[in-house]
Amino acid sequence: MNWIYEPWPWFVSGPLIALVMFLLLLVGKQFGMSSNLRTACSALGAGKAADFFKFDWKAERWNLMVVLGAVIGGFVASNYMSNHTVEINPETAQQLANEYQITSAGESYMPPEIFATAALSDPFIIAILLIGGLLVGFGARYAGGCTSGHAISGLSNLQLPSLIAVIGFFIGGLVMIHLIYPLLF
Amino acid sequence: MRYSVYLIIGVFFGIVMYKSEAASWFRIYEMFQFGSFHMYGIIGSALVLGVLAVQVIKHKQIKPLDGGEMKLKPKNKGVVRYLFGGIIFGLGWALTGACPGPMYVLAGAGYVSILIVIFGAIAGTFLYGLVKNKLRH
Repeated sequence: MNWIYEPWPWFVSGPLIALVMFLLLLVGKQFGMSSNLRTACSALGAGKAADFFKFDWKAERWNLMVVLGAVIGGFVASNYMSNHTVEINPETAQQLANEYQITSAGESYMPPEIFATAALSDPFIIAILLIGGLLVGFGARYAGGCTSGHAISGLSNLQLPSLIAVIGFFIGGLVMIHLIYPLLF
Repeated sequence: MRYSVYLIIGVFFGIVMYKSEAASWFRIYEMFQFGSFHMYGIIGSALVLGVLAVQVIKHKQIKPLDGGEMKLKPKNKGVVRYLFGGIIFGLGWALTGACPGPMYVLAGAGYVSILIVIFGAIAGTFLYGLVKNKLRH
């Protein structure tokens, strides 16, 4: 039963993600994990502030159910199916330790330097998490989708706009990791 | 379709995200450092099967279980919104190591800090709604 605890390799994980997309199509929906943020805004009353949130959000409650499911899935996987370590490329791990004093690669699922609850006593960490979230939310709606909506759903449907968006994702990601991280950390 | 169906699909998705390590900050960092094939393999293999599945759906004219049309509408044409929206998204993705799906998975896994990221993402979505009409699309 080791396969439950060990990380699932890419050639298992990728096809299972395609299966999620297929299942959602089969029940008449589209795979995309950021439109629920708009639904959440609308449900919280944002329709009073902008027309973008004036829509029948109750018809989109299904995507809040997928979100709830993802939360439960995360709970189940982390508590009953994991040894909580992520083995990355040793050179990348070494580089993280040398340049950013992040020494937890191979020992934890997330770096405690950033994601331990104790790290929240540092206002800088709170700012990083908050600004990162803002960029993700703003960018996903501006681009009309995120990794799942464009990189999986859109590209699977051979959509040029999704290819442009995915190129954008990587430009942004590479700029952040290679140019901005050295200034921040 | 019953809400329990969406819930079950969500649970399955959450487990896959966690077990594939696509929800791990380390894997996202490593991907942008080109340190491993892992993330590229996940996205690439999902895509190969995804393209095949969509082609089969279109050629066999498969319908959703409760009728209607498959949600495979072409995206609106354009460049600016996809490129700039994409870049903004990518900056945030790499800064937090989390895209929207994994955020919820990590919340379930008990990372309190990710709630700040989720709050930021909702606020960012709200901000977009406010300035949408002033942006080029």
